[in-house]
Amino acid sequence: MQMTDLPDRKGHFGPYGGIFVAETLMYALDELRDNYERLRQDPAFVAEFEYELKHYVGRPSPVYFAKRLTEQCGGAQIWLKREDLNHTGAHKINNTMGQALVARHMGKKRIIAETGAGQHGVASATVAARFGMECVVYMGSEDIQRQAPNVYRMKLLGASVVPVESGSKTLKDALNEAMRDWVTNVEGTFYIIGTVAGPHPYPMMVRDFNSVVGRELLTQMPEAAGRFPDAILACVGGGSNAMGAFYPFIPHQEVRLIGVEAGGHGLHTGKHAATLCAGKPGVLHGNRTYLMQDENGQIMETHSISAGLDYPGVGPEHAWLKDTGRAEYVAVTDEEALEAFHALCRVEGIIPALESSHAVAQAMKMARTMSKDKVLLVNLSGRGDKDMNTVAHHSGLTL
Amino acid sequence: MSPRDIPTVSRIPGVFEKLKAAGRKALIPFITAGDPDKASTVPIMHALVTAGADIIELGVPFSDPMADGPTIQRSSERALKHGTSLRDCLDFVREFRSRDQATPVVLMGYANPIEAMGYDTFAAAAADAGVDGVLVVDYPPEESVELTTKLRAAGIDSIFLLSPTSLDQRMEEVAHLASGYVYYVSLKGVTGAAHLDLAEIARKIPQIRARVNLPIGVGFGIRDGATARAVSGISDAVVIGSRLVQEIEAAPPGQAAAKVGSLVAEIRRAMDAQA
Ligand SMILES: Cc1ncc(COP(=O)(O)O)c(C=O)c1O
Repeated sequence: MQMTDLPDRKGHFGPYGGIFVAETLMYALDELRDNYERLRQDPAFVAEFEYELKHYVGRPSPVYFAKRLTEQCGGAQIWLKREDLNHTGAHKINNTMGQALVARHMGKKRIIAETGAGQHGVASATVAARFGMECVVYMGSEDIQRQAPNVYRMKLLGASVVPVESGSKTLKDALNEAMRDWVTNVEGTFYIIGTVAGPHPYPMMVRDFNSVVGRELLTQMPEAAGRFPDAILACVGGGSNAMGAFYPFIPHQEVRLIGVEAGGHGLHTGKHAATLCAGKPGVLHGNRTYLMQDENGQIMETHSISAGLDYPGVGPEHAWLKDTGRAEYVAVTDEEALEAFHALCRVEGIIPALESSHAVAQAMKMARTMSKDKVLLVNLSGRGDKDMNTVAHHSGLTL
Repeated sequence: MSPRDIPTVSRIPGVFEKLKAAGRKALIPFITAGDPDKASTVPIMHALVTAGADIIELGVPFSDPMADGPTIQRSSERALKHGTSLRDCLDFVREFRSRDQATPVVLMGYANPIEAMGYDTFAAAAADAGVDGVLVVDYPPEESVELTTKLRAAGIDSIFLLSPTSLDQRMEEVAHLASGYVYYVSLKGVTGAAHLDLAEIARKIPQIRARVNLPIGVGFGIRDGATARAVSGISDAVVIGSRLVQEIEAAPPGQAAAKVGSLVAEIRRAMDAQA
């Protein structure tokens, strides 16, 4: 079996993935899988999705040669895939648009979502408004504090934002709460998971919808740079923007795939969210994957300056790409990400999301050690407007 | 070979046989281990038996109890604050067994603590401690053949959930692996929700019986003696969780065992009054 044919019918990527949920959710997942399997083969559905991506999301997003950043680093060329230019400012809308269309075909009128940084919540609220559906977003109360502008955006878009007070009050707890809502209201509700995690078919479905990023790159890079990049870099929280950029390139062995995790205060401090670099396999949120956990199998609280990377799990397909060696995973600290954030602002006039800044930081590090004919492509997953408060705070300012 | 081909040696089938002969139904209370503190768990277990429990479901606390409502979530958080681990839970069972060799104990929890311990270590340690059954909420049958086989070889039953949305084919998959009893989740939603549809339960149970040759316990949403009595009229066992955990949460320090014991005794009386 080709790696690109995964997952298998039960959602496995090697030993990872699968369906690990209570019996009460099995019916809903079977129903979703059957519908999605049918729709992904249906040319009319694919055309509908492509139409929305073009006219509503604003795709294709350009690739851009970051000439001045490249010169500053003095080595390999740094190119950016501009997902920050999408409607709502991140890659997240590729997936929410796809899932909203699936929800419509299934006749579901109520959308629920979990969110960390708020980008997925905003992207869900946006498509719900676009299609006239009710939208409820679960968000950890910690994250509501950190991402106030996005909370207000969701409300403007007509969504209700429910604060989650359980556990660590962050993304993982929001996901738990969304699952509880789903199991209770399963008939009329569609749960839009925001990353390539969760039970099958979510990791596959979210990857498929985000793969438009990698498919565009397959033609854009030869056109713009004359060839494929030597490496594609993307930040990894749950891993949806990375999976979207990587997936079409899996068969192209000459292209290195590099996932950049949140190193927080540094891996040695334990205060980070670098699941693939420092975690161990286990079961959480419906799938088997690498997890940040203690010796008793309890899930640990993670830390990252970027709420969108602050998650103790990671998509199961990334776990498999790591074990097979097809992709590499590294970690970048809060400080390094902030430095890259400021560099991109000043040198290129682009304010990146803090999540995406992790991938930029790794590219800058690598570029310095590589010759000028090499090409690095960074998936710039989102823009940084939402991060103004966080960055100002780190510079000792209050807005 | 299916795990069902290995003969069961746990205490569970004997309990159901005895109850059947006496024309009574099983009362299965659920508590979270380590709640409100580690020292209380074994005394609470003994109090449950004194009050009329036939089987005890001991909840293994987990940081992310996705299928539980707020009451059991809070109990897990309390237990984890004291560092209650899966190993501690096995120690509670071992200590309980030093005084009670008859009452079956079922560990109920989530997959990851077992994954972290490893299947072989867990199966051996659980058998050694005197565990009779294991219910892993987030292991559906298709993901649990290996663990079920290892547990069965160690003399431990695997309990599975069925729900209002379980189709015939899923019931058959459960029938293939389950032993001890099956646990019918009587409502859509998480533990502790308040609505329970007796007519729906009465409709579903014969469908389960036709496919699963095991006693059927019903739980989620049973909060008082009257409901327990009504449910025991159509099933083999009644599982009560959130209501008891609430009692433990509200009890003044040192009185959890007494409080929860008197509530279980009241439910027992209501259930037996019907016979
Ligand atoms: C801009 C941006 N990039 C990346 C992420 C991380 O998610 P993923 O790893 O699924 O791409 C987020 C999550 O909120 C985000 O907002």
